[in-house]
Amino acid sequence: MRSGRLFSLPIALVFAAMAVRAHATTIEITMENLVISPAEISAKVGDTINWINKDVFAHTATAKNGDFDVTLAPKKSASSILKKAGTIDYYCRYHPNMKATLKVEP
Amino acid sequence: MLIRWSAAVAAAMMLSSPVLLQSASATDKPTDPQIAHIAYTAGVIDINAAKQAQKKAKSKDVKAFAEDMLRDHEAVNKQALALVKKLNVTPEDNDTSKALSKQASDKLAELDKLNGAAFDKAYVANEVAYHKAVNGALETQLIPSANNAELKSLLQTGLKIFQGHQQHAEHVAAELK
Repeated sequence: MRSGRLFSLPIALVFAAMAVRAHATTIEITMENLVISPAEISAKVGDTINWINKDVFAHTATAKNGDFDVTLAPKKSASSILKKAGTIDYYCRYHPNMKATLKVEP
Repeated sequence: MLIRWSAAVAAAMMLSSPVLLQSASATDKPTDPQIAHIAYTAGVIDINAAKQAQKKAKSKDVKAFAEDMLRDHEAVNKQALALVKKLNVTPEDNDTSKALSKQASDKLAELDKLNGAAFDKAYVANEVAYHKAVNGALETQLIPSANNAELKSLLQTGLKIFQGHQQHAEHVAAELK
């Protein structure tokens, strides 16, 4: 009995951690000084991406495969929810040198 | 000797040959108020060119390019105005700004005579040459000469965005062929 109780706490923690992971999280991707950072990041289907434009220029986050196309006014942010898994290369339509990759796991 | 320096920049911008800039770089340095004026003037020139293109361009890509130029150059110039206000600097007109403006109005008049695909080609070709020249001047003259750190940083952001414009213009030019 005693040993059962001792084990239960770590097990509960593991379950709690899994439960947290199963919940969608919010990931921030920043555009500043014409650079997208992080340039590569992993997320899961259902997660929210918070796109933050710190520049005085308008930017877009445009998926090459057409999965998303977010327009960001200067100094504004926007969010989108990831619906499909896959490795998505995206860029800014106005400044095509701004490129990054988003890995969306199922 | 600002005159010699500005003549060199103007010549370089006209010929799109940044090589010419280097000979004068050691001796003639523009001041911050002059740099601010040159940078702002260079922005206004491209804004006016873009406005003309919005009216005259035929190709969808050229129209979109002009829209991008308008958006970015207006944003940079807005920042430049906010900065000179903050620093309490009055941009100072100078021979380089004058030469640039004169050359730009000649170009506007020249492009105004063209229409359709001929306009598109000439506008984009000029955008390639113009951004190349401005980027050369920024890199070799304006940025190294700027004293104020915030002005320098704004010019550096400008250079980065204008290098993107140059590539974009080159890409559009290649597509038009």
